[in-house]
Amino acid sequence: MKTARAVGIGGYGAYVPRYRVPTATISAAWRPHGATKPAVAEKSVPGADEDVVTMAIEAGRTALGRIPELDPRTIGAVWVGSESKPYAVKPSATVVAEALGITPATVAADFEFACKAGSEAMQTAVAFVGSGMTEAALAIGMDTAQSRPGDALEYTAGCGGAAHLFVPADQALAVVEGSVSYVTDTPDFFRREGAAYPEHGSRFTGEPSYFEHTLAASRRLLAELGAQAGDFDHAVFHQPVPKFVVRASEELGFTAEQIRHGLVAPRMGNAYSGSSLLGLAAVLDQARPGERIFFCSYGSGAGSDAFAFHVTERIDERRQGARVADYLDRRREITDYGHYLRLRSKIRRD
Amino acid sequence: MRDDVFILGVGRTPVGEHWHLGLRELAAAAIFEALDDAGIESVDALYVGNMLSGGVNGQENLATLVADAAGLLPVEAYKVEAACASGGAAVRAATLAVASGAARVALAVGVEKMTDGVGETVAEGLATAADQDFEASHGFSFAGLSALLMRRYMHETGAARDDFAAFSINSHRNAAANGRAMFREAIDRDDFRRSPMVASPICVLDAAPICDGAAAVVVASREVLRSHHRPVRIAASAVATDTIDLGSRADILHLRSAAVSAERCFRHTGFGPDDVDLFEAHDAFTIIAALSLEACGFAPRGEALRFATEERIGLAGDLPMSTFGGLKGRGHPVGASGTYQVAEATLQLRGEAGPNQVAGARRALAQSVGGHGSVAVTHLLEV
Amino acid sequence: MDLPRYHRLRGAYYRLEGRRCTGCGAVAFPPRPACRGCGGRELEVHALAPRGRVHSFTEMATAPRGFDPPHLMALVELEDGPIIAAQLTDIDPEDIAIGMEVEMVTRRIQEKGPHGYLVYGYKFRPPVPRGEAS
Repeated sequence: MKTARAVGIGGYGAYVPRYRVPTATISAAWRPHGATKPAVAEKSVPGADEDVVTMAIEAGRTALGRIPELDPRTIGAVWVGSESKPYAVKPSATVVAEALGITPATVAADFEFACKAGSEAMQTAVAFVGSGMTEAALAIGMDTAQSRPGDALEYTAGCGGAAHLFVPADQALAVVEGSVSYVTDTPDFFRREGAAYPEHGSRFTGEPSYFEHTLAASRRLLAELGAQAGDFDHAVFHQPVPKFVVRASEELGFTAEQIRHGLVAPRMGNAYSGSSLLGLAAVLDQARPGERIFFCSYGSGAGSDAFAFHVTERIDERRQGARVADYLDRRREITDYGHYLRLRSKIRRD
Repeated sequence: MRDDVFILGVGRTPVGEHWHLGLRELAAAAIFEALDDAGIESVDALYVGNMLSGGVNGQENLATLVADAAGLLPVEAYKVEAACASGGAAVRAATLAVASGAARVALAVGVEKMTDGVGETVAEGLATAADQDFEASHGFSFAGLSALLMRRYMHETGAARDDFAAFSINSHRNAAANGRAMFREAIDRDDFRRSPMVASPICVLDAAPICDGAAAVVVASREVLRSHHRPVRIAASAVATDTIDLGSRADILHLRSAAVSAERCFRHTGFGPDDVDLFEAHDAFTIIAALSLEACGFAPRGEALRFATEERIGLAGDLPMSTFGGLKGRGHPVGASGTYQVAEATLQLRGEAGPNQVAGARRALAQSVGGHGSVAVTHLLEV
Repeated sequence: MDLPRYHRLRGAYYRLEGRRCTGCGAVAFPPRPACRGCGGRELEVHALAPRGRVHSFTEMATAPRGFDPPHLMALVELEDGPIIAAQLTDIDPEDIAIGMEVEMVTRRIQEKGPHGYLVYGYKFRPPVPRGEAS
């Protein structure tokens, strides 16, 4: 897909909470004699006063802070993609827009497409700016990923995400070369209204779901651009577990070096809607002018959004504030499963 | 003040957990005792000092309730609220009524029934003395705000936590001899040291308790005086205010409201700190007692803890403090405490303080502080 | 805190909006209709610097209803002058010190149970340490 006018990312910001629970702490509670080694060593956990709204505000503040010449009131759209919205009904995006000084002349809504909600917001932001409807649009993917105590997901469901502010290409630090979306009705993972935790199809989440959509969307974008994996300097994918990313990228022809900077899951788990956007932020933290970035999300239900970016010379002056690595390095370990349950509001006093 | 105002009678209920008594019974008991003490049956005006009746007891229009309970209808009556200084403010209102000539005899009663509140109702009620928008709603409690003062005081003066023990030890010692006090046992420095933390660095033994009580004071003009009276003159009475939020104050360790109200009392009478024989201080927390000593000019800035030795603030000292146990030992039924102070100071000046008597006491300063110094009421009494 | 009150306060809670006196330039937080510096009544909205230093602090032994432990409260002296009362977050109680640098973040400052609304507002935390770019 191409836009009427060229569009790119003008500012970006990430967020990962301070707390980490080692997956060994979860194993000790639920399968003390289990043989399987958890897919990640630890995962990020939100503080008791954090949720998708607070995390989105911080990522958004960093994104706006990196392009100080942009008046927040010129941002014409704010979308928060998440599957752990603090409210079932009441937009997260209005709180975020208000806190960032973007209100009132703006479009604002929450997006839901399992783990693809954040990249869905990116697609829409690209369209809004690309069509000329607005001069800037803020797309955020953020999750405090939900998981049932003791479920396989509990070992990886992490917290975090990123905000990407889309602007016309002449002000961008990374220009969108093109994008595609690929969706089908694939019921690999869902959460019914009112249910606290998602259900998932176990092994069904792999082959017919993650791999089918990630590979198809990626191949379509490469074909549209007439590009090969080797033409890119970095590649970012949705990161349910690190081995999925390794396998998908290998099938597409990407190398370990290309996925290295964007692979954040080993240090924080799967941030659901925030996962791929956070990986993209981590790549932007490292990218040099002239480099090309390949990006492909995945969301259950199911679908993938793929983007290609071209990094501009503006990148070097747009790195104020905390980087993904800074958030990953800021860690306070929670080794008590009860404390973890309290931070995740799985037990509460009210 | 235009006319002289005298205290003719005082009443005090025991302070404690009065599970079988409500606002009506407590207030009426204090009023009956004060009226009997004064030998007076009716009054021209009734001022009820109270902080929490709305939030904790669900009862506003409190003065009407109290007037009815005490058989004083259709007396002029209304509630006076100035946070923890409400009881002092009620005395001030009665004093103004008499001084102005509007009333010949006025009654101030401070009453608080805190144990009606269960769970966190009382703590939430007390927090309403702070700025609701910018302190209480952010979880800043009564103890928490005092803790901010105490931590800063320790930082600026180099004082240790233990250095604050003197105030609690003194209050408990005096309370032990007061039959109407909540805590009748003395404590020592080890008790203080072992006391559990409430809001660091404030421990349980830094803080006054939640309790019930009522105290009443009958004030009257000179023409009401009879030969059987043992009048104590209200030589001066003053109220002053400061910002409701702590942060906006020029210096959080200077209780400006306490300083200004005390200064007004001194200026009005021509007396100074050296002329005062005893100080009923607002020792809701040890840090507030310390800051009050400095604000009133008894101790220089940063010197209150060095000042507060047993030789100084004990009953035989230069400046006996909290002579009936203060808020810490007698108890702090918040909206009543200021009235207790005036009643107790009156007993001292009459020479009727029994085992708590300060020998030869002729002048007493009673100071009631609300909202961590956002309001202060000071009375200077004299015989 | 009831909803209308929270809504009315959102400028201060989300963006640290205080007031600046157009006469003498004094900055105030909480916002007030009259300037405490000169008594002036012409004040404009002024967003305070979201950075400052801990002026004093305390940890409550038990968190009040609607708040989670550890319940850390502080007075924070902002870069542009005012001292404001705020909760501290993302820090262990034993690591807090008077004078330490903190920055504003937006967090849940109160929660009305699992079915109630959420009150978002300012808290302060140590800045995220910046490592060397790799």
